[in-house]
Amino acid sequence: MLRDISNRLLQGLLVLFVLGTLTFFLVHALPYGPFQDEKAVPPHVMERLEKLHGYDKPLLTQYGLRLKNIVQGNLGVSIKVMEGRQVGEILGQAFPVSLTLGLIAMSIAIAIGIPAGIFAAIRKNTTVDYAIMAVALLGICLPAFVIGPLLAEFLGGRLGWFPVSGWNPRDPSSLFLPALTLGLVSAAYLSRLTRAGMLEILNQDFIRTARAKGQKGSIIIMRHALRGGLIPSIAYLGPAFAATISGSVVVESIFQVPGIGRLFIKAIETGDETLIMGPVLLYGSLIVIANFLVDLLQIWLNPRLRTAKAS
Amino acid sequence: MRALLDIQDLKVHFHTRDGVVKAVDGVSLKVEAGQIAGIVGESGSGKSVTAYSLLGLIPMPPGRIEGGKALFQGTDLLRLGERELNTYRGRKISMIFQDPMTSLNPYLRVSTQLVEPLAIHEKLRGKPALHRAIEALEQVGIENAATRIHGYPHEFSGGMRQRVMIAMALITKPDLLIADEPTTALDVTVQKQVLDVIRELQRETGTAVIFITHDLAVVHEMCDTVSVLYAGRVVESAPAAELIRRPLHAYTRGLYRSNPSAHAKDEDLYSIPGLPPDLARLPGGCTFRPRNTLGVASLCLTERQPELIEHSPGHFVQNCPGCLAAHPSSAHA
Repeated sequence: MLRDISNRLLQGLLVLFVLGTLTFFLVHALPYGPFQDEKAVPPHVMERLEKLHGYDKPLLTQYGLRLKNIVQGNLGVSIKVMEGRQVGEILGQAFPVSLTLGLIAMSIAIAIGIPAGIFAAIRKNTTVDYAIMAVALLGICLPAFVIGPLLAEFLGGRLGWFPVSGWNPRDPSSLFLPALTLGLVSAAYLSRLTRAGMLEILNQDFIRTARAKGQKGSIIIMRHALRGGLIPSIAYLGPAFAATISGSVVVESIFQVPGIGRLFIKAIETGDETLIMGPVLLYGSLIVIANFLVDLLQIWLNPRLRTAKAS
Repeated sequence: MRALLDIQDLKVHFHTRDGVVKAVDGVSLKVEAGQIAGIVGESGSGKSVTAYSLLGLIPMPPGRIEGGKALFQGTDLLRLGERELNTYRGRKISMIFQDPMTSLNPYLRVSTQLVEPLAIHEKLRGKPALHRAIEALEQVGIENAATRIHGYPHEFSGGMRQRVMIAMALITKPDLLIADEPTTALDVTVQKQVLDVIRELQRETGTAVIFITHDLAVVHEMCDTVSVLYAGRVVESAPAAELIRRPLHAYTRGLYRSNPSAHAKDEDLYSIPGLPPDLARLPGGCTFRPRNTLGVASLCLTERQPELIEHSPGHFVQNCPGCLAAHPSSAHA
């Protein structure tokens, strides 16, 4: 078990190394750079700027320097978007916002998606099932920039229940609409995955065994079917969580949330290499960690994986 | 004396896109307390459907019980709702299934699954329930039961899992055990051991058993009475010893003839020609007519279905002249 964990950690580091390397060379291959501006920059200013950020050195030397700094925990300073500020510090401010948003969104997704999927599976091929699945399909098809403004208009504008935009850590209701917008898409996927997983399990012989024992339907679902039935949903949760945090760009723009997403987009627009690298590595680590946690959860849920790992 | 279970004219049909599949079409059979009643037949003859419908385990839809009664200790099981059935399932009537590899829940410890019937039917939980479960495992011949009970099903072999199933079925001391081809999925050597376990426990507890199989040799080793099913109907039923001595129906005779041990060395193995009929398009009259080579097919009923009659005391057979007739060239009695 310990060896598995250390193996996975090494794999994760390798993933981050490859990710960082690709990002570095791709950003440097961009046809524009962080020192360009709408107005032409005088050559001597350009030279000074390039020298300041080490852009005058050969590319491989730059790569080596960046690698060394990052390994030592120094992400560098933002070149353009937040000129001169430490990337680590910028992320330290913006990441908690994105993380909170993502956590609430995933909680909403789980609270809606999984019960809906279980319910649809129990009521397979009935109106209830079709209704749930139709709504889920809608949720998957509609992009956040449609759902978001609609929610803002109705729940925020007309009903006035929640603030339409802004981010106030002391007022939880201001987090609700962006989180709901983000969570609904995952809820839709989750409900479909849960339904499919549950249906597969409910067709298994051991469910018939449980019925033959005289067990009540509700306990058969909870005790006998849920563990196996949730496995596809759990597998989806890890990547979905990471994607929810990193993919909240649109939602952060709609609801004026000061998260990482908006910074990231601006950084890409300007070719601000350091401010691109920071979020990329952060999201990369998130995905690695989320997948690792999901694997642990799967092993916990499925005893057959446990002995397979041990042997 | 009233039989423990008295199935009368049971009809179970499946409404599918291809039409109505008459999986069970008028099966009657009795099980006396403490006896082992065998049900034999080919795949698709309605053996399992008969058994499943007793406990309401037929998927409905598409299945539907079209008629008949199943009187268990005087109560018609077919009329019971889900909640009332749950007071019979696992308590008065238990069931073991064909494939022990898939019939136990792979996600739960054996102990969790074994104590479940006790919690449901006897409100027995915790230590006392666990002790009963360990006892039950020991009874079916599992060594180190006290430690192994905490394992998961995948840590047990096929034969051991079927033993666990048997222990689980009998832990509440039911009046009737339904065994649906309990050894079909097992190795031959393991089959014998599992059969021994069933028979021993049956003798000890006096539980009646419905033993479903397609293996006539097993029937004679295990059963007191035998019902032979064909195309969803009973074609012949008799005490086991009587049936092997005097099989009357051409289908029963065919089953015995196709048993390899009934043949001399180098003699060609007899097999019943053709396939069982499509249960959605049953021919009128005798359903066995197209495959009847041991009787006289031309004498088979074509207009109406043959009735089950008591040919001699306790020996029932479908009264079809063609199937009862001896083949002219056959020396077989």
